[in-house]
Amino acid sequence: MKHKRNFSIIAHIDHGKSTLADRLIQSADLVDDRKFQDQMLDTMDIERERGITIKSNSVTLPYVAADGQTYELNLIDTPGHVDFSYEVSRALASCEGVLLLVDAAQGVEAQTLANLYLAMEHDLEIVPVVNKIDLPAADVDGCKLQIDTELGLDGDEAVCCSAKKGVGIDDVLEAIVARIPPPEGDAAERLKALIFDAHYDPYRGVIIAVRVFEGGLQKGDELRFMQGGTVHKVEEVGRFLPQRTACDRLEAGDVGYVIAGVKTVAKVRVGDTITHEGWQADEAIPGFEEALPVVFSSVYPVSSDDFVDLSDALEKYELNDAALVYEKDSSAALGLGFRCGFLGLLHLEIFQERLEREFDQSLVMTAPSVRYKIELNSGEELNIDNPHYFPDPTLIGGVSEPFIKASIMFPERYMGAVTKLCLERRGENTRYNYPVPGRIEFTVDLPLAEVIYDFYDKLKTRTQGYGSFDYEFLEYRAADVVKVEILVNGDKVDALSLIVHRDKARMRALNICERLKEELPRQQYKVAIQGAIGGKIIARTTIGALRKDVTAKCYGGDISRKRKLLEKQAKGKRRMKMVGNIAIPQRAFVAVLKTSDD
Amino acid sequence: MFDLDLDLDERREPPGLYIHVPFCVSRCSYCAFTSSTKLEQRDLFVRAIEREVALRARTWDDFDTLYLGGGTPSALGVERLVKLVRMLGPLGIRPDASWTLEVNPDDCSRELLWGARVAGFSRLSIGAQSFDERALRFLGRRHGVDAIEQAVIWARDVGFDEVSLDLIYALPAHSVSHWHSQIDAALRLEPDHLSCYELTLEPGTPLTAAVGEGKVELPDDERRRELFLAGAEKLGQLGWVHYEVSSFARTRDHRSKHNLKYWTHAPYLGLGPGAHSYDGFYRWWNHGNIGRWAQALGRDEAPVEAQETLDGEALRLERLSLGFRQAEGVPVRDLRGPPVNLRAAIEDGLLVRDGDRVKPTRLGYLVADGLAVRFA
Repeated sequence: MKHKRNFSIIAHIDHGKSTLADRLIQSADLVDDRKFQDQMLDTMDIERERGITIKSNSVTLPYVAADGQTYELNLIDTPGHVDFSYEVSRALASCEGVLLLVDAAQGVEAQTLANLYLAMEHDLEIVPVVNKIDLPAADVDGCKLQIDTELGLDGDEAVCCSAKKGVGIDDVLEAIVARIPPPEGDAAERLKALIFDAHYDPYRGVIIAVRVFEGGLQKGDELRFMQGGTVHKVEEVGRFLPQRTACDRLEAGDVGYVIAGVKTVAKVRVGDTITHEGWQADEAIPGFEEALPVVFSSVYPVSSDDFVDLSDALEKYELNDAALVYEKDSSAALGLGFRCGFLGLLHLEIFQERLEREFDQSLVMTAPSVRYKIELNSGEELNIDNPHYFPDPTLIGGVSEPFIKASIMFPERYMGAVTKLCLERRGENTRYNYPVPGRIEFTVDLPLAEVIYDFYDKLKTRTQGYGSFDYEFLEYRAADVVKVEILVNGDKVDALSLIVHRDKARMRALNICERLKEELPRQQYKVAIQGAIGGKIIARTTIGALRKDVTAKCYGGDISRKRKLLEKQAKGKRRMKMVGNIAIPQRAFVAVLKTSDD
Repeated sequence: MFDLDLDLDERREPPGLYIHVPFCVSRCSYCAFTSSTKLEQRDLFVRAIEREVALRARTWDDFDTLYLGGGTPSALGVERLVKLVRMLGPLGIRPDASWTLEVNPDDCSRELLWGARVAGFSRLSIGAQSFDERALRFLGRRHGVDAIEQAVIWARDVGFDEVSLDLIYALPAHSVSHWHSQIDAALRLEPDHLSCYELTLEPGTPLTAAVGEGKVELPDDERRRELFLAGAEKLGQLGWVHYEVSSFARTRDHRSKHNLKYWTHAPYLGLGPGAHSYDGFYRWWNHGNIGRWAQALGRDEAPVEAQETLDGEALRLERLSLGFRQAEGVPVRDLRGPPVNLRAAIEDGLLVRDGDRVKPTRLGYLVADGLAVRFA
């Protein structure tokens, strides 16, 4: 046990977490250099492309330390986004220590702090690491000072490295061995193992990633999931090296995986405790929470005929995303689809990308919405997250909407821009302080609805990339909202309806009309696009008729060329939705989610 | 899927023969056709055509149109031209076939035209392009207006039955009255056929570069639309048959029989670099590079770069994209989409219904590409 170390790397996005993880794996000689892919732990294409970690992964690294002894280092990688903070907390609960990574050029950011607080809550040993010291803009001393003043850690104890160049990696490994305490626990006790992640393998079913705290488990054991209440028989236990490698037994202090014939990840809840059915632990490991969706959107197949395909794809997708909730939905414009709930906007985007890429679905997704609490005059209370079910305004007594507490950090010079953005987004109760000279930390109460509407993009643009952002749920507060509908040539496009604050209705409606105008292909006739509240038109644009498109010549090769173009366009048209006699391309539905100013 | 009846029907039609002569004395500013100014390759070209004729004569015969285009066939000179025509014997061209020769006014001499006429050509297509000296210089043409007039006079003189003139419109600052004056100038020469092409920016041409750099400004869509309608209306009033977007014939009988082969899915064989062929099922095209084309023939191989198979659906899409460009229009059974689409297009004055076909109006010609997409 004293030769084991369980740790995570925590960092603000882009501070080099995955790159450092790669270097640690490489230094352990586990992976042939030829087979080595950058960002080894980010196994999904989307993760590699976006440079973010979505799923938690872990890897067991054998390491011969300077003292000549061999250690087993378990690196538990954590998702790098605020949408997945619960998963982060479960991963951290599986560790004794963390490497807190800070970009030498960027310094401490909002997520650095948020992650630090999380690590502190779990009482973890924190080893600050200053990364990217090779950058021309690196300010190592300034960074150490920030670690002192802002984080309250000892800046002089920070390990310096450049994960990209492979500089200082040995120092990092030695610091893990020397400073992170070995796990405690009794292998002879009743079994207590924490599930910190699960993913689906088409051949083996669900692969459950666990940290064993007490006792041990092996093939053939009957296990009980304490929260889920189900019982499963162990088929295999093993470690991630980083490929799954079976072993005889996992014991207190170990990190590894369990395969137990579970068919979908929805049955395995991250944060649940595993024990033996025949010799149960007295109580579960604390901290379990049900994942609650906060952002909702409907998803439709681009071609209504593909509903069955979409339905099948969702079933398969769900095997690997326990946080997704969905139910059937239908729209006059888009046909049958599903209403889905997500942990946040990123979760939604990942869902969309994976369905399109891995499951080859062509999707239309509606504007994301939060869940409103509506009190009717009759006294009845409703939870509405779908504009479709928004009640007639005359019946409504009051509406309240979810607020979050946002923490925004940025250099002082963007004070005006950020203040303006927060005001535009109906920010309340703004407080700020200067954690270090020149940098501001803003705390502001924001309606979640305003945040899911491209807030983060806007913040990034207005602070030229220097602003960082983190949030937590606050409470429901009273809100004056209305339902805005969009009409194309008089036909309602119900999938474009949205619930929005009254003061913003006209602007958002106009914005959507303008976007549609840009995105709709010109027709051979005039097309009117309108935004309306109830029957009242509040915004309007018109697309003029296309009056000439013919090419002068059509001989020899032109004929094939023209046909191929036509085939492409006809195929593209099948990817469009017909509203009345207007084909609306999928990208139009996507584009209306974004604003055009800035 | 495969529309057997129609296909057999189309195959019964005699094939057309096209020969691409890839030479020009100089390149025009707007042209992107396969063409070379390396005139020293002309003999190589003629020898290779002889091989290609031998290769294709095994499976093709009974042509009722011949079209020598380019490039500029007139750049071959009279001797090579006559030699080339004599080589076509094995292909079995019908005695009553329509023979068209494309010429550039400045290559024309009385001898060349006489030689061509004696060799069998009866229809002359002259690349006049404009009757405005400044416009000709802008387009990079080497000839003047007088050369066009001279060519037409000689053509009649040596006994060509039909003369067609190519015109280009929508040049910079082109007005309706100027375009009308161009048509008038062309009509004074009493042609039997006019091809009126809107000046089009082809990728990689000097003209496209000049427009990209802002040195040249072409009329916008609305103006080009106006010019198209003005030209079509004028010729229509004079009784000309507007049978394809850019093609006008003095009478129905003066339509280009060869071009109609392309537009009605009749079979056609194309010889020479970059030429396309269609046999009722396959379409293929030759290497565009003279060297590669000639080398393949030197090895007695078909000089084909690629081919495609046209199934019923592909043919239907082509009937749409070609049909909306022609007075003959499209069979109603080829249209897809809700019936309201057709009603709307008729109400908007783009199409008219004629029995089991729909035919484009002038306004319909203008949006032929969009109509094809709409009903694909």
